[in-house]
Amino acid sequence: MDNLVLKVDALQAYYGGIHALKGISLEVPRGKIVALIGANGAGKSTTLRTISGLVKPRSGKIYFLEEDITTCLPHTIVEKGIAMVPEGRRIFPNLTVMENLILGCYTRKDRDGIKQDLEWVFKLFPRLKERTWQKGGTLSGGEQQMLAVARGLMSRPQLLMMDEPSLGLAPLLVREIFQIIEEINRQGTTILLIEQNAKAALEIAHFAYVMETGRIALQGEGRALLQNEKVQKVYLGED
Amino acid sequence: MTWVTFFQQLMNGVSLGSLYALLAIGYTLVYGILGLINFAHGDVFMLGAYFAFFMIAIFMLPWWLGVIVGIVLCAIVGMTIERVAYRPLRDAPRISALITAVGVSFFIENLGLVTVGARPKGFPRPDLMKNVYILAGARIHGVTLWVPIISLAILAVLLFIVYRTKMGMAMRAVAKDMEATRLMGVNVDRVILLTFALGSALAGAGGVMWACKYPQINPLMGVFPGWKAFTAAVVGGIGNVVGAMIGGFIIGVAEIMIAAFFPSLTGYRDAFVFGILIFFLLIKPSGIMGETLKEKV
Repeated sequence: MDNLVLKVDALQAYYGGIHALKGISLEVPRGKIVALIGANGAGKSTTLRTISGLVKPRSGKIYFLEEDITTCLPHTIVEKGIAMVPEGRRIFPNLTVMENLILGCYTRKDRDGIKQDLEWVFKLFPRLKERTWQKGGTLSGGEQQMLAVARGLMSRPQLLMMDEPSLGLAPLLVREIFQIIEEINRQGTTILLIEQNAKAALEIAHFAYVMETGRIALQGEGRALLQNEKVQKVYLGED
Repeated sequence: MTWVTFFQQLMNGVSLGSLYALLAIGYTLVYGILGLINFAHGDVFMLGAYFAFFMIAIFMLPWWLGVIVGIVLCAIVGMTIERVAYRPLRDAPRISALITAVGVSFFIENLGLVTVGARPKGFPRPDLMKNVYILAGARIHGVTLWVPIISLAILAVLLFIVYRTKMGMAMRAVAKDMEATRLMGVNVDRVILLTFALGSALAGAGGVMWACKYPQINPLMGVFPGWKAFTAAVVGGIGNVVGAMIGGFIIGVAEIMIAAFFPSLTGYRDAFVFGILIFFLLIKPSGIMGETLKEKV
């Protein structure tokens, strides 16, 4: 257990009047990329929203670094070390790129550390560095996604959760984003990733869960799931 | 009309407009964040004048201290209104919050009528506000000169807070996307509370200066300034801080000028201001500085 960053135990939640999570259990080991794949409406987003405190669970427990965070408020959860890159990027279009990044480390007080991390994310995303004074809303879709990821990293999270980072991006950019996700992980950040692009996600994930209508249907190592017949048929669209 | 009288009237308009601007900020900040028109805002403005009055006349505080205490009390009242009346309705349909806002407004007005009575009270003015200055040949009253100067200083501080501090950044973020702001680790409830404190403090300062301008205070004195400041916020583009300031000055100057140029229409100045409101709602509902309005109210 001491090597687990996140442990979700029999989580049940309602979202929009729907019994969206019917008992989800999953584990995210330190330093790994864990993917959560599944069709639309399977409950992937609700899982992340519940972990981040936006949705209150009906029952079940969420442990972060062995601490029960089930009833914590969203801002406390960020403070404890979980950051989320929400679906649809959700950057602040009326704030500059720099302000978006500073907001990402709202809970931090260590000025030197923040300065270092700014340099770190600018190294990861050189294009953002050229645009620090531009309004977030003027960036292209790909740049906005990079800003969303960079903003998530600015809190120096122990766990970075990403909701559909490849959504709406051109194929070339999708590859770039996934490369960056692997790079971030190599540099030590644990990642929990939701994707509809199952193939790309399974290729980089150390471990993956397949969700179906609020339940975990399958689980296994990323590469192994890629070979799984059912996964291939349902999620990878191969016959 | 000579240049001197024009200048005099212009100063009157700017002076009145600066008070509308102070008050309009509160409407626009709250609307920007919650999509709610805080109808009780004009009444907080009235409370500012009364709080200061009681501090100075009853508790015998020096004028400046009484005013500061009054402004702080206004901020506390604003936060209380948010906590008690609006927060429980945060996820309710917008119309519920709107009706609640009207209810809070009536509550404060009638509480005022019951506790201090409808009879106007004379507001103590410092000498500074009573002086008469000769400026470019025009006789300018102390209030007319100092009110816009003090207001502009306050507005400058506000702009600094909104655009140059972390709290202001969080306020602008909440206005755009409350949930995403939560995910940044921002305690959104606290940001909203502080927004109400800020808006209400400005209303309180406005109320005190209004009372210096028209030194008869009564529990309903906030109603019309409140409506006109709301008009100013709409004209400037509701949700936009700079727009609210510009709108305030436009409404103030327009109101004074209509009376100055057409003395026979003086009785219609309120109608004229609300005519501007209707005109903007019909022609350009997003206001001068506003972006295209989303689904709000």
